[in-house]
Amino acid sequence: MNGPTSEHGAAHLSYLREKRGLKSWLLTLDHKRIGVMYLWSVLIAFALGGFFAMVVRLELLTPQKTLIDADTYNQAFTLHGAIMIFLFIIPAIPASLGNFVLPLLIGAKDVAFPRLNLASYYVWVTGAVLALVSMVTGGVDTGWTFYTPYSSTTGGSVSLIVLAAFILGFSSIFTGINFIATIHKLRAPGMGWYEMPLFCWGAYATSVIQVLATPVLGITLLLLIMERVFQIGIFDASLGGDPVLFQHFFWFYSHPAVYIMILPGMAIISEVIPVFSRKTIFGYKAIAYSSLAIAFVGFLVWGHHMFVSGQSELASAIFSFLTFLVAIPSGIKVFNWLATMYKGSISLEAPMLYAISFLLLFAIGGLTGMFLATLAVDVHLHDTYFVVAHFHYVMMGGTTIAFLAGLHYWWPKMFGRMYSEKLARWAAALVFVGFNLTFLAMFVMGSRGMPRRYYNYLEEFQPLHALATFGSWILGLGLVLILGYLLGSLRKKPDAPPNPWGGKTLEWTAASPPITHNFEQVPVVTRGPYDYRPVEGAP
Amino acid sequence: MTDSAGTAHAGHGHGSKDFLQHHFADPGQQFAASKLGMWLFLVTELLLFGGLFVGYGIMHTRHPEAFQAAHVHLDRVLGMVNTVVLLLSSFTMAMAVACAQTNRRKLLVIFLAITLLFAGVFMCVKYFEYAHKFHEGLLPGKYYSHAGDTVPGQFMFFSFYFMMTGLHGIHVLAGMVVIAWILRRALRGDFSDRYYTPVDLTGLYWHLVDIIWIFLFPLLYLVS
Amino acid sequence: MIERSLSSWTRHYIIILAALLVLTVVTVVVAGINFGAPSINVIVALTIAATKGTLVALYFMHLRHDHPINAIVFATGLAILALFLIFCLIDVETRAPIEPANFKPPAGAAPQRTAP
Repeated sequence: MNGPTSEHGAAHLSYLREKRGLKSWLLTLDHKRIGVMYLWSVLIAFALGGFFAMVVRLELLTPQKTLIDADTYNQAFTLHGAIMIFLFIIPAIPASLGNFVLPLLIGAKDVAFPRLNLASYYVWVTGAVLALVSMVTGGVDTGWTFYTPYSSTTGGSVSLIVLAAFILGFSSIFTGINFIATIHKLRAPGMGWYEMPLFCWGAYATSVIQVLATPVLGITLLLLIMERVFQIGIFDASLGGDPVLFQHFFWFYSHPAVYIMILPGMAIISEVIPVFSRKTIFGYKAIAYSSLAIAFVGFLVWGHHMFVSGQSELASAIFSFLTFLVAIPSGIKVFNWLATMYKGSISLEAPMLYAISFLLLFAIGGLTGMFLATLAVDVHLHDTYFVVAHFHYVMMGGTTIAFLAGLHYWWPKMFGRMYSEKLARWAAALVFVGFNLTFLAMFVMGSRGMPRRYYNYLEEFQPLHALATFGSWILGLGLVLILGYLLGSLRKKPDAPPNPWGGKTLEWTAASPPITHNFEQVPVVTRGPYDYRPVEGAP
Repeated sequence: MTDSAGTAHAGHGHGSKDFLQHHFADPGQQFAASKLGMWLFLVTELLLFGGLFVGYGIMHTRHPEAFQAAHVHLDRVLGMVNTVVLLLSSFTMAMAVACAQTNRRKLLVIFLAITLLFAGVFMCVKYFEYAHKFHEGLLPGKYYSHAGDTVPGQFMFFSFYFMMTGLHGIHVLAGMVVIAWILRRALRGDFSDRYYTPVDLTGLYWHLVDIIWIFLFPLLYLVS
Repeated sequence: MIERSLSSWTRHYIIILAALLVLTVVTVVVAGINFGAPSINVIVALTIAATKGTLVALYFMHLRHDHPINAIVFATGLAILALFLIFCLIDVETRAPIEPANFKPPAGAAPQRTAP
């Protein structure tokens, strides 16, 4: 055992205790502290985005006006989407959990560029503040996709929120640059690429997308601002421009962006399932390469968001075909995870409950993507609630559930405390039930023609909308419960052992919580990351 | 910081390892990681400008006559001068890095200063070009007021001209700030053959700025 | 990074600079030649520019002698950019023409800025 098992009388204090005071946090270069600051920040963003979701669902309880007028409703769904996507889901796993755990997983003392890491956090904060300002100085009602010509001609604070998104993009880019360099250069002795935990492969693939795709969003948003301020003409048909070109520019980033969202989630699942099946991962290389494959193929499919926008038939057919391909590596992962569990010794603590939920919910989300990839079917399903259900199943049932799995899995490592397992299981059940009640019916609604983003709707859809609203309350309750017992755990004395789950990756050889430099001595790696074979000579 | 006496001795000075950050095993690892990080950043710049090139390309294919007619207003001679100036500045920047690598502090300072000078010349030429455009009303988007166009729609070419050369110009200015800062550090003796990473990384950035202009020049000024 | 003397670096860099300057002159001269189709001028100009860019990247930016990962990073960026351009062009160039018989330009469009 390398380090002190408690914070008392240890040679080094934990990273939480070694330096005290606000300044030591705000100016920290420690990846663990930066990860923790990011964690609270993205959780606040999640709560704000969730608030707007509740407003939307409440309004949709009745077919006509329930609470707010139509313009306010448009702002509510726009802000729900923009906050959730730019402030929560894109940074959440990489910047909070990833920042904390990546150096530990590879046996390093920090990420490659600690100052860049801190900078990425403050850039996030700047973007968040600008987004908040835009909300209160005129609001935005364009939808998070900012399609032209509406977004280039309407009033409101569009330029401000677009500027905020531009700035947030840099935060994402900085994290991506840091992780790629870290994984290439800072692995511990003995850890080649194929001895690395699979979380690192997922983080690497995510970072590649962050670096390659985000700048295109940057230029898209700049062009949108130029269009608003100067009427340059590129996206305006009356000036000879092409509004569909905006969609090409926008989705060239925003489609790979969804893989920025899901790959880290899958990376967490690859960590949790072997540990809670007490069995080595099935198909390590297949899972590793499938992460890279998803990243690559993900750049080739963006036009599937534009089948009915005026894109040429040839381009649509090509994009449809390529979109089918991207399901293959995802499917490979799901089968490998299942094979890992097969004949394993399964234990159903909270992280594993979330991981198993992920398998089911991501499968539904991914498969329904295939319906949408099918050109002829998409003509009917585009811009209906079917799409809304699909992306909530992959982003919430997938990524957010995986985030919760990772949060519970690494909570003892990050804060040295165990949370209440009983409450955690209740919450996991509430989240699972609430989520499905909210979103499952939306597939039905969408296929029957209920359009998305609509304020008023036909009477016949009310029962399903009411069910979804009711489901959202159960989901919200579950999430609030999670926050409650996690925060409650922090009030206890530190009671977490270094390795509560019996994991085989390097972070579990460090103290819970780790010392500032992570390991007392540089680890030397001699076994694989999921090696559950008995150690030779052990009793 | 490294030994501030600015000695040219290869690496025995105390403090020569001061630049090594705690999480790196050795200076070689730190240098390699820094370079990789810089290349990753350069790729983001490539894609940022690349988006503008794609937009330009598509709009050019949609409105070939307007773009044809518009680009004759650009001064090819000034464009070529600027191209040569930037190529020379890339040369002097590469020389600066080589001087740092071979521990020639005085020459390092001189080459950085000349690079800065060339960058300044570039911006001056740019200023004259822009002033001429303003004078003629050849402005982006809704501000286009050039009289006597026989081919309509030339405003869009100038929208792209100003966005692309403007974004490039902002990057030249930012590069000048960074080079000036590196120059100051070089004068202080911060760099030697053991540690010249900031000079190298600045060079990489500056060369990319040059490469972008290498493409901008023919596309905007020459192609007909 | 390879070890060289300053005079060796200088020699190498001057050769590259000379090549770059020559190619610049070539670009300007070739731009004046009429090849028949304007797209040929574009292709020639871009090819020369790509050659110049490659020289800067390989020699001034040291990709020739660096760890290969740096070159892979740069090449990947270029490849992704190429994909973006190609797919957008496929769409824009293969759309069916739209010629509604009753099309009128939007009212109030400024006459000098009419789309061609």
